Amino acid sequence: MNEAMTRQPHLLSIPSELLAGFRDTIPLIVGAIPFGLIFGTLSGGSGLSPAGAMAMSAFVFAGSAQFIAIGLLATGTGWPLIVLTTLVVNLRHLLYAASLLPHVKHLSQFWRVPLAFWLTDETFVVVINRYNQPDPANYKHWYYLASAVAMYISWQFCTWLGLTFGRLMPDVATWGLDFAMSVTFIGMIIPYLKSRPMWVAVLLAGVTALLAQPLPHKLGLMVATLAGISGGLIFELVQRKEN
Amino acid sequence: MRMFYLIGGMALVTFLIRYTMFALGERVKFPDLLIRALHYVPPAVLTAITVPAVLMPGGDKLKLSYTNPYLLGAVVACGVGWFSRSLLLTIAVGMVAFLGWQWILTLELI
Repeated sequence: MNEAMTRQPHLLSIPSELLAGFRDTIPLIVGAIPFGLIFGTLSGGSGLSPAGAMAMSAFVFAGSAQFIAIGLLATGTGWPLIVLTTLVVNLRHLLYAASLLPHVKHLSQFWRVPLAFWLTDETFVVVINRYNQPDPANYKHWYYLASAVAMYISWQFCTWLGLTFGRLMPDVATWGLDFAMSVTFIGMIIPYLKSRPMWVAVLLAGVTALLAQPLPHKLGLMVATLAGISGGLIFELVQRKEN
Repeated sequence: MRMFYLIGGMALVTFLIRYTMFALGERVKFPDLLIRALHYVPPAVLTAITVPAVLMPGGDKLKLSYTNPYLLGAVVACGVGWFSRSLLLTIAVGMVAFLGWQWILTLELI
């Protein structure tokens, strides 16, 4: 991602956008590999069949929601409540899509449907970064496509690996490989910390997330996100008024 | 059949959330204030996911201690990320610090 910021923005052709999208997504794939492996491994204990786990990765394609789903399945939670929790946990994608909309609204539905299906935390952060670069490239959606497809394929592959080999190492779940996602996200947050309003947004989101943790259905995630966004925005507006 | 409903329901809900905005396309016009607010989405969401995962690993209790390898790994990752500005290096060093510290803790030397 940082490489993307410093690289000279002369990527105008389709192949170079594809290549750049793939290259900038590699670190995020590295971070998601352990996560996919544990998903494949843990799904066994939840009562989800290997085919069911593969289907979930293929059709839902939402890491944190999938984790929460197998966690709830293991405790015997019924499917309607799991679907409801998925809705709440994934509401953040509404904000991602809203951020990307100005950049994709000129595309046909033929493009918009798959790009929406493949929208994840990782791809969003990489792609919005590309869209925010000032160069007038016409093929930035190819960059999006490459990032999305790379994440999708690696997620399927790692789920399969986890299902196949993870079950041979039953204690892999206790290694704490879920930390890979946290460390990836830390690396993605840091480049944003360039202004005071951003610091306010991040600090407020973090503190609220801790306080709101006990809320049911992972609602705390949405509450903390909105608190962070509002805090940053208000600080920005106050700062502008003072100047 | 229960699994069919579960996976189908999750897939449908997730896709609709991701696609609704894209489907509307030109028909939605955001006010300027909302566009400004959207700039804060990526860092706010990522922080809201990460902070509890690191400070409350495995549930509901705050673990502000050196015996929490998630916290130690996160602190190391913040330092590496801030100074190196390299995502890959941040992930690699943070992960090594986390796994190494977790292993040292199992030796019960400290």
